[in-house]
Amino acid sequence: MPTGNLSVTTFVIASIIKIAIVLWVLLTAVAYTVWLERKVVGHIQNRWGPTRVGPFGLLQPLADGLKFIFKEDLTPPYVHKFLYILAPMLALSMSLIAICLIPFGNSVNIAGMNIPLQITDTNIALLIILGITSIAVYGVALAGWSSNSKYSLLGGLRASAQMISYEVALGLSLVGVLILCGTFSLHGIVEAQTGTWFGFIPKWNIFKGQFIAFFIYIMAAYAETNRIPFDLPEAETELVAGYHTEYSSMKFAMFFMAEYSNMVTVACLASILFLGGWTGPVFGPPILHALLPIFWFALRVLFFIFVYIWVRGTLPRFRYDQLMSFAWKFLLPLAIANVMITALVVALRS
Amino acid sequence: MLHLALFLIFGVIAVVGAINLIAQTHPINSALSLVVVMGSLAAEYLLLGAEFLGAIQVIVYAGAIMVLFVFTIMLLNAGAEEQTRGSKVAIIIGIPGMVIGSVAVAWALIRAHTGAEVPVGSLYGSAQGIGHLLFRDFLLPFEITSVLILIAIMGAVVLARRES
Amino acid sequence: MVPISYYLVLSAILFACGVLGFLIKRNVITIFMSIELMLNAVNLSFVAFASYWQALSGQVFVFFVMVVAAAEAAVGLAIIIAVFRTRQTLNPDRVNLLKL
Repeated sequence: MPTGNLSVTTFVIASIIKIAIVLWVLLTAVAYTVWLERKVVGHIQNRWGPTRVGPFGLLQPLADGLKFIFKEDLTPPYVHKFLYILAPMLALSMSLIAICLIPFGNSVNIAGMNIPLQITDTNIALLIILGITSIAVYGVALAGWSSNSKYSLLGGLRASAQMISYEVALGLSLVGVLILCGTFSLHGIVEAQTGTWFGFIPKWNIFKGQFIAFFIYIMAAYAETNRIPFDLPEAETELVAGYHTEYSSMKFAMFFMAEYSNMVTVACLASILFLGGWTGPVFGPPILHALLPIFWFALRVLFFIFVYIWVRGTLPRFRYDQLMSFAWKFLLPLAIANVMITALVVALRS
Repeated sequence: MLHLALFLIFGVIAVVGAINLIAQTHPINSALSLVVVMGSLAAEYLLLGAEFLGAIQVIVYAGAIMVLFVFTIMLLNAGAEEQTRGSKVAIIIGIPGMVIGSVAVAWALIRAHTGAEVPVGSLYGSAQGIGHLLFRDFLLPFEITSVLILIAIMGAVVLARRES
Repeated sequence: MVPISYYLVLSAILFACGVLGFLIKRNVITIFMSIELMLNAVNLSFVAFASYWQALSGQVFVFFVMVVAAAEAAVGLAIIIAVFRTRQTLNPDRVNLLKL
């Protein structure tokens, strides 16, 4: 919807430019998250990680991408062809769509036009993101089923069961934040977290008593993105590679990119919902006023991605029954208790 | 005009999906067509201004209930359906009957059409509005459905448990 | 602006597809999906009428229908799994004996 002082044409042009920039940044971030992961995990395990291609191995993502493109694209016999091709597309497109609702900063003034730094904002943005993540489950489940291989099927079954289970805890952990902010709009949620107490404690949701929700969100997000310690769907030691065992070349790369861009989205969402999004000290000339919020936001996202990698380098994998009982017997009651306490406090205060 | 165009696009997608659900023999293809139907119905809800319902439709129906169906199909490794004599009779009588029935209903509805139109988004189904109704006017039904859900969970656990 | 009858016609066609699927399919899971399709068709007319009468209660009803559908899916699929475990078939025509 054209808003405020923008005409339809400028709105469309601005949107297209924003989409191009965001997609480029996201895909680059995905590539370099892989590099960062290999580097950091390497250092955790007393290795160097990639060093050969470019300085510090910085061109490694490029080399990997070229390798993926030029590998033979193998379609095994006896697969369900249509679903086999659809599955990676679904996984990747859903994870790329989710990013369009993430605000990277407040609006900026360019040539007299007020342009918000996010592709689109709706008043049900958070629900749309939840819906997109729930559709993304199909990508994984169909990949497992259509490959017609027992490892893939087991991986797909595990993934869908795990993602449904943890989505419940994830959704409930967001309710506390929604009660405090009173809106589904991500922009509105960040706006509700501006300001400080006593001049130095920022009014982030995590300091407003949502630290339990933050903990639940992080746990559930790890499971949703199939990361260690919840990477049961692709557990190499038991399932070869889980749901993408039968995939090669670009189709495998699509799953790979989907996984990492989901990581980025989840990290963005965590910083918006709990750590105040782009809020932070802003000073200096107008150009810094525009860029510093983006910098603060990127810093938070980088922090979350680093924690992801750190956890991967540190923790072992759960057993499947532990995973399920952790979701249903620990996270879910905790999330419900958090919702009830938050609602009670808000009701008593008003 | 845009409203009508979008209505027609998503309506046609929904109907094609529904027909595909019946035409496919493998349950997983039927399940995916049903997901398409549900997605386009969510778009129709958005056109009617029911934004909260549209999102919930995708999250609950397409994202949870249908994943459960797909999960079951994968778990049972269900193959393509088999035809029996009874089903052939049902097809011979059912398809013409369904076509006649829906044409008759559609004809009656369009004939009775009095020029009343649904304005775009004039009724704004926000989460606040639905929440107010749900927790004030419909509190008792809401609590009863929560009991229903609880019973359903217990029933599902009891039924699906392997007898030892 | 779309006449309300268009929404009702769409809803009727979807409902008819659901009924047809319920009658002619010979796979319990697909039959079950046809029921879900019928529920969805009814939901659409609920939302259209809510918009027509300017009453949000219609949308609240859809909410309840979804809750009941979720409960139904959980129990129904559990029954299907139990039946499949004992009879090794999903064809309702073959599940016609009271004892094994």
